[in-house]
Amino acid sequence: MSLRSPLGRVLGLGAARDGVSHWWAQRLSAAALAPLTLWFLWSLLQLDVADFESMRLWLGAPAHAIGALLLMIVLCVHSRLGVQVVVEDYVHQAAAKLVTLVASDFAHILVAVAGVFAILKVAFGAAA
Amino acid sequence: MYTMVLSICHRITGILLSVGLILLVYWLVALASGSLAYSAAVERLRSPLLQLLLLGWLFSFFFHLANGIRHLAWDCGFGFERRQARASGWAVVIVALLLTLLSVLRVLRTRGGFA
Repeated sequence: MSLRSPLGRVLGLGAARDGVSHWWAQRLSAAALAPLTLWFLWSLLQLDVADFESMRLWLGAPAHAIGALLLMIVLCVHSRLGVQVVVEDYVHQAAAKLVTLVASDFAHILVAVAGVFAILKVAFGAAA
Repeated sequence: MYTMVLSICHRITGILLSVGLILLVYWLVALASGSLAYSAAVERLRSPLLQLLLLGWLFSFFFHLANGIRHLAWDCGFGFERRQARASGWAVVIVALLLTLLSVLRVLRTRGGFA
């Protein structure tokens, strides 16, 4: 005999209610990151990274700035979801878990905002 | 046993990459702060410790990418047989090592180090 209600079975959400959307977001962001990260790394390997002017010009091109923005945002989303899973699996004490998860959320938002701001500043500054 | 080690490595490299995000943003913010700040940041990134960290980060990235693709294939229902899972596990390690080596060679040939 199952203890689950018929409605609960039909909705299929599980105890946490949003497990499926977490699972999907993790996979979709992973699939998006494969081409984005390879593009970015490949570009960096071609560029003279130590030279300020050439890096500024490269990141200032609209296509590169848009790609870098997408990369930054999806990286932060994927990282936040991944850290969340690891914390939930290994931090067992309820208060410590909550504090770690909140700290991770704040850190990820800070990193995302700083990254996006930096890219936009470079892109809008480099009017070619 | 072996596939279990790879699974925990996926998590460890993932956490390392999350920490590395801070370095990526540090570099971007330096680029947005002008040429003086940028040269200072590049100088810092050239320290032996950070070069070593960047090398570890590069391998972590390639490993996480290759193993992540393996996980996505599993999610689609492919490669679950024990022999397939072991073979793809070895492939992941070899591909990650190879891509790291190629990147390092490229970086050394063009500019003698990361950054």
